[in-house]
Amino acid sequence: MSALDWSSIPGALPFLLQGMGLSLGLLLSAMLGGILLGTLLALLRLARRRPLAALAGAYVNLFRSVPLVLVIFWFYFLAPFILRRLTGRADAAVGPLYSALVAFTLFEAAYYCEIIRAGIQSVSRGQVAAAQALGMSHGQVMRLVVLPQAFRRMVPLLLTQGIILFQDTSLVYVISLSDFLGAAGKIGQRDGRLVELYLFAAAVYFALCFAASRGVGRLQRRLRA
Amino acid sequence: MIEISGISKWYGPRQVLRECSLHVKKGEVVVICGPSGSGKSTLIKCVNGLESFQRGEIRVDGISVGDSGADLPRLRSRVGMVFQHFELFPHMRALDNVNLGQIHVLGRSPEEAARKSRELLARVGLAEHADQYPAQLSGGQQQRVAIARALAMDPIAMLFDEPTSALDPEMISEVLEVMTALARQGMTMLVVTHEMGFARSVAHRMVFMDEGRIVEDAPTPAFFDSPQSERARQFLSRILRH
Ligand SMILES: Nc1ncnc2c1ncn2[C@@H]1O[C@H](COP(=O)(O)OP(=O)(O)O)[C@@H](O)[C@H]1O
Ligand SMILES: [Mg+2]
Repeated sequence: MSALDWSSIPGALPFLLQGMGLSLGLLLSAMLGGILLGTLLALLRLARRRPLAALAGAYVNLFRSVPLVLVIFWFYFLAPFILRRLTGRADAAVGPLYSALVAFTLFEAAYYCEIIRAGIQSVSRGQVAAAQALGMSHGQVMRLVVLPQAFRRMVPLLLTQGIILFQDTSLVYVISLSDFLGAAGKIGQRDGRLVELYLFAAAVYFALCFAASRGVGRLQRRLRA
Repeated sequence: MIEISGISKWYGPRQVLRECSLHVKKGEVVVICGPSGSGKSTLIKCVNGLESFQRGEIRVDGISVGDSGADLPRLRSRVGMVFQHFELFPHMRALDNVNLGQIHVLGRSPEEAARKSRELLARVGLAEHADQYPAQLSGGQQQRVAIARALAMDPIAMLFDEPTSALDPEMISEVLEVMTALARQGMTMLVVTHEMGFARSVAHRMVFMDEGRIVEDAPTPAFFDSPQSERARQFLSRILRH
């Protein structure tokens, strides 16, 4: 085995950075979309209308029981198919980026739903009663009193889920997207330096996620104080 | 103003209210007392529909609370409620706590609401604390903000559920003073409390509850001087000894 040779990395930095841009873009959009959809699902799961609650519950259980890689695959193959059916145009295309975005958002929403549901339930009945006693509608009670408190309590968990999601974005290599890991792989293939590039990628993922976890931990202690 | 007529309530198989009837006229102050678990909180929460009941009827200002078609939010916006544990919204400053219902329920402009809130905070002696968060206030101060929050809705009646029982002794009087002033201004009040000094000085009538029943309902002097039931006598002697 030859010695490690890192020389192909400096020249590839712009390409790798581009890949990181895609990873972070995926992360932020999926987090935002996932939290929005997750909040909606959480409200449905807690709704008094049984069928709605059951439907939301089935959604959550489904997505939490299948591997993320499969969901990414499905949407990659399924989304263009559905679009063609809907529009009737044989050349309708979605592209791997958008299908990945949809897959991540739908998948993450299931996990965010459970975090947010726990957050909503952690707000005491007394707070709900006080809001109702002022004459607020159910929607106002949620929007003005319950959700703001739930989110404040849930921020560390939501961020921790975001760190997991960041690592999971690397799965888009299966649909040939050049996220950070994909970009590193491509450079490694080109230069015959896969080991070095994957080591480098691992170090970068580790550094970012470790720093982010530490940040979340500090935030959690501050919120508790 | 508040007419409770023969209401009964069950939690599962357990009956917690047994044919309770109680009328509170406009401007009247009625104090409810009784041992813990006797159903006082449940009864008072039925008045603004925070709890449901299975039998009987409650009318507030002519509107039937138990009706399936009753506009509960609208009814609640007209009846103030003060809770044992204050229940201020912890993510908002005192001023915003008092503003909230005015803006989102009554539709007042933020400026109008803030003017009213500052006036009310001054009235409960907290003009200086408008910008503080609940966690920065003492229990007594929090409860006074909660009273201001309820008064901001211009309620036709006020419900109090043991407003001083979660307070340190030295803070009880500051809350009772605010409530006494309110009673003297003619507010219709239904108050669950064990503060018998307060009850004696402001209540027009005393109601004693035991095991889900209204056992006694009498003018205040009569209740203290000659309680009719053995249970009320026992209760009074126990509570007045302290
Ligand atoms: N949510 C509930 N579920 C079941 N039982 C309840 C609930 N709330 C109150 N109870 C019961 O109803 C009875 C009356 O309670 P409550 O009205 O709180 O009494 P009080 O305010 O006089 O202390 C008690 O025995 C209590 O255990
Ligand atoms: Mg009680």
